[in-house]
Amino acid sequence: MELTEFVIKTLTILVVFVLTLVIAMYSTWGERKVAGFIQDRMGPNRAGPGGLLQPLADAGKMFFKEDFIPALANKWLFIAGPSLAMLTALLASAVIPFGSTFRYDGVEVVLQGVESNIGILYVFGVVALGVYGIMIGGWASNNKFSLLGAIRAASQNISYEVAMGLSLIAILMMSSSLSLGDIVAQQHGGNWNIFYQPLGFIIFLTCSFAECNRVPFDLPECETELVGGYHTEYGSMKLGFYLFAEYINMFVSSAIISTLYFGGYNYPGMDWVYNQLTASLGTTTGHNIATLIGTGVFFGKALFFIFFYMWVRWTLPRFRYDQLMNLGWKKLIPLAIINIIITGASVLFLKPFITSLLN
Amino acid sequence: MNPTLSFFYFLSFLTVLSALMVIVSKNPIHSVLYLILTFFTLSGHYILLNAQFLAAVNIIVYAGAIMVLFLFVIMFLNIKDNHEEAKTNLTKIAAAIVGGTVFVILFGAYRKTILMPVDPATFDSQVGMIESLGKLLFREYLLPFELASILLLVAMVGAVMIGKREIGERHF
Repeated sequence: MELTEFVIKTLTILVVFVLTLVIAMYSTWGERKVAGFIQDRMGPNRAGPGGLLQPLADAGKMFFKEDFIPALANKWLFIAGPSLAMLTALLASAVIPFGSTFRYDGVEVVLQGVESNIGILYVFGVVALGVYGIMIGGWASNNKFSLLGAIRAASQNISYEVAMGLSLIAILMMSSSLSLGDIVAQQHGGNWNIFYQPLGFIIFLTCSFAECNRVPFDLPECETELVGGYHTEYGSMKLGFYLFAEYINMFVSSAIISTLYFGGYNYPGMDWVYNQLTASLGTTTGHNIATLIGTGVFFGKALFFIFFYMWVRWTLPRFRYDQLMNLGWKKLIPLAIINIIITGASVLFLKPFITSLLN
Repeated sequence: MNPTLSFFYFLSFLTVLSALMVIVSKNPIHSVLYLILTFFTLSGHYILLNAQFLAAVNIIVYAGAIMVLFLFVIMFLNIKDNHEEAKTNLTKIAAAIVGGTVFVILFGAYRKTILMPVDPATFDSQVGMIESLGKLLFREYLLPFELASILLLVAMVGAVMIGKREIGERHF
């Protein structure tokens, strides 16, 4: 690999990393503002204009609190838990395509950390690992409430991963590619997957709520039953990492949802905008500005889904644990399998029929 | 030394070390975590061989699903009072014989292996990619592939049957 290419890749990855962190940081602020709006109150408004400095104040508070490790806890694993949660949360954003290409000096830079031909499998693998941070932390705390929270989290994640994987298969059958870049490129021109896969989308959305441990599936940290769940014994920045990892997961899953089902950086009329821009500003500047607009649209979609997570959190009550398991195993998995069969039949029979009618 | 080769040596060292730590660790939780690390380093080897699909599936299936269940079960066992049940000499001798036999078999098989020489000029680097793998699985190896899926289905049905609640039985 050439040096310039290496430098460009490093910079892209750094930008993706910083963006993920900043968005996750401001989701904590957004969460409180949304909660405030829904509950008809102000939300944070003391630190900075509109409370915009609140995340920094929280981070400062977290860092300066006493870093406490319980006497009977397994020290190494107690520290490894939040670190792993953070690590796995940050890993997934590497393969998300944030935009098409950026031209500079004759070089085309793809706005994506790593373009891999197994992109979606990579995301799935990282999601599958997300449960380790919680499990290890919960066990290492040497507290029965923590352990119960960890066990709940683990069984919930395993159960919903199955339905999630099955709902993804329908998408893969349609796009016949595992690369996220390809999947987005195929949705060009209003050809979004949501119109073909409404059932798959609903299953995927439900499962991503469960994977992120968000309300209505936040049983691992259900305070009426388990004190604080898996992070009962945690304090200071280690607790902060657990909470922060949840927000990163939320951003990543929102980005994945908009990539898979809502066309990523595609928007209606983008060809027209592209032609206008390249005609008036030249192929380089026009192309770059068109790419930036696409990236903006992508972030708009992702932020909408983050808002949707918050909206649901402050609207719906929590499930009971047996309801959660019944929903996962007895409803979502059969639905996902039916979805696969319908998709397979349509790809095999309906698609050639419609194409022959149109021609 | 070229970077790929040095990376290979580093990865192999890590693999062997973590595999040894699986056996050496006293704490079963640590053993499981080292086993997960071993799977990761094995996936690293697959990526070095340009078999990305295999690497991803290895992580998803082994590290993501099977090891979670391992960890799950071990966490439920109360290992705090840590008294190792006394093993009789007979068990130790039997275990040594079995382990030694496996080692001899593996060593013998490894010694007899003829490594196919690879011609860098004609070698297709895309052979481990998912497209070629899928074509191979669904054309030349279709029957074994389908048989394996039926085997998995049977295993799944069996697991459901064993886990099913009998009439009149109460679990709580």
